[in-house]
Amino acid sequence: MAVQPASAAAPKKGFLGWLDKRLPVTEFIESQLTGYYAPKNFNFWYFFGFIALAVLVMQLLTGIFLTMFYKPGDTTSFESVEYIMREVDFGWLIRYMHSTGASAFFVVVYLHMFRAFLYGSYKAPRELLWIIGMLVYLALMAEAFMGYVLPWGNMSFWGAQVIVNLFGTIPVIGPGLVEWIRGDYAIADATLNRFFALHVVAVPLILLALVGLHLVALRRTGSNNPDGIEIKAKVGPDGHPIDGIPFHPYYTVKDTVGIAAFLVIFAIVVFYAPTFGGLFLESANFGPADPVSTPPDITPVWYFTPFYAILRAIPDQRLGALAMLLAIVAFFLLPWLDRSPVRSIRYKGWIAKVALGVFAISFVGLGFMGMRPPEGIYVVLGRTFGALYFLFWIGMPWWSRWDSPKPVPERVVYHAH
Amino acid sequence: MPIEIGRAGKTSSVLAALLLVSSGALAAEAAETTNAEAAKPTAAEKTPESESTDWQTWTAGTSVSNTASLQRGARNFVAYCIGCHSLRFVRWSRIGEDLHIPVAELQQALIPPGDKPADYILTSMPAKDAEVWFGKQPPDLSLMARERGVNHLFQFLKTFYVDPSKPTGANNLFLPNAAMPDVVSSLEGLKKPVYKSAPGKGEQEFDHFEQIAPGSMSAAEYDAFVRDTVNFLDYVGEPSQLQRHSMGIWVVLFLLVFTWLAWLMKQEYWKDVH
Repeated sequence: MAVQPASAAAPKKGFLGWLDKRLPVTEFIESQLTGYYAPKNFNFWYFFGFIALAVLVMQLLTGIFLTMFYKPGDTTSFESVEYIMREVDFGWLIRYMHSTGASAFFVVVYLHMFRAFLYGSYKAPRELLWIIGMLVYLALMAEAFMGYVLPWGNMSFWGAQVIVNLFGTIPVIGPGLVEWIRGDYAIADATLNRFFALHVVAVPLILLALVGLHLVALRRTGSNNPDGIEIKAKVGPDGHPIDGIPFHPYYTVKDTVGIAAFLVIFAIVVFYAPTFGGLFLESANFGPADPVSTPPDITPVWYFTPFYAILRAIPDQRLGALAMLLAIVAFFLLPWLDRSPVRSIRYKGWIAKVALGVFAISFVGLGFMGMRPPEGIYVVLGRTFGALYFLFWIGMPWWSRWDSPKPVPERVVYHAH
Repeated sequence: MPIEIGRAGKTSSVLAALLLVSSGALAAEAAETTNAEAAKPTAAEKTPESESTDWQTWTAGTSVSNTASLQRGARNFVAYCIGCHSLRFVRWSRIGEDLHIPVAELQQALIPPGDKPADYILTSMPAKDAEVWFGKQPPDLSLMARERGVNHLFQFLKTFYVDPSKPTGANNLFLPNAAMPDVVSSLEGLKKPVYKSAPGKGEQEFDHFEQIAPGSMSAAEYDAFVRDTVNFLDYVGEPSQLQRHSMGIWVVLFLLVFTWLAWLMKQEYWKDVH
């Protein structure tokens, strides 16, 4: 199927022509889709950006429907969620899609980020693309945290208590800041209502703006690929990269397969394991918020547990909060910490491969420790994984230079189907 | 053709990954609602759970797909629980629809006089009196199974014992000093715990129950009674789970076919990429 070169397009006639004179429809489609050349050697890991966008849309749509029935307030939230679950037609489906979607978002985003680690997608000239992506991740964390408070279950209440109190560890302004965030002397109706406002209006707007910027930055630098080679360096007679193919139709049809396969797994979870054994919806949250009844274990939802484990690994709360902050800040510095001359793991030496393996294991390990009670072997393991995690980051400027990379090929490696 | 083989290998590994994820999801669900397959709640087939003295390992073995069990559970709830406990999120009519109980029968056998099918299932015990009598208001049971899990409810209802030191004359192993009296003693009979000295510790630990007065039910019958009741509470915790289970398979099948068609389309387009 031959694809029209974008630049050769003659002015359109008829309605589209009329439209094009007033709105750059054709121009936009050509510059963003049919004329945007992406490397042809994308593999499995390159599905997750597109899937993340699809999940974002799904969260917005299901969220809009939930808002039609949800009533924020310390005496109405819990009841209205149960009303949605029991009396609204397909309310249970929309609610489970939204709650499963939150976890799916993090699964997809973590895989998307790991892809960047694998193929060096954060390295120059894509530093800003990476940083905007990290800001999306931060906004997503805020969005997920505030969303978790809204059902006003007991874990919502105590989770909010723990997280909001973290701001209290900031010297001098801490206590005042916590009160300002809560809008009350305790987590209460005022907190719930402002979290609702932030969750459904403010943070989604920020998320959309950042995702838009992320895509604009991607269009400027072009996508990296599993070989970590700039495809723009080898341009054919038609002015397009030899190893590039138009995003539409090639990647739109390919990503359709990715999204469809993702939806199969997603549907299995929504219909057959919506609480995912207590990982996606914790059992303590099926009891209403109760300020006098602390759950036996206050654990955040799984996607926060790696950082929560770091917080708890350090006995001093203030230092723990600082370590947690640094654990996140480190990601922002990644483009400058990595001194390897090559991008892709395919052409890096054994040191980089071992380091990335250790990092992945320690991050997942921290995630598991964050779900366990802080006692016995879990404390030891939590501290070990935490130490490895920070060694990876702190040592990166050195180990990335000691590594001996292999020669990088001229053209991308691609086996035609 | 080596390429074909390579592709087949890729496809099968993707399929294997899919299977892994889905089986993980199902395993998680099984852990959540307790091996629904493993135990069909018929009293005769199943040996009484109390034969194992380690009560913390007892599992409810319920299944919300067993409508007869849910109907018996609803009857048990009306006979033994509604005196003190409400299901404030559940309407009588919803139970009638989901458990296939005709309205006439619902009204005759389950709904208290004066209540309408569209009413929520509420106890007639005044909350203020309850606080005076029991020290606290008996909890609403709409979401108890989701919050505590069916196994814990099963263990709670099977570990009441005689304790003259308590105002209600009863205590509970699962929930020590429970405010709830032993309302099922007429069925189960009365029992007392026998302790053994724990090795290495000064304290004594629970060994087994000794029946001191018979109830109207045998041990196996009582197990079935508790199982039906807990099963009903599992259902009221999330009535939509019945819909969810029956609908899900069609959604997944549709998506599988869609994935296959999308893959065929992708193959067609990507023929030109060399």
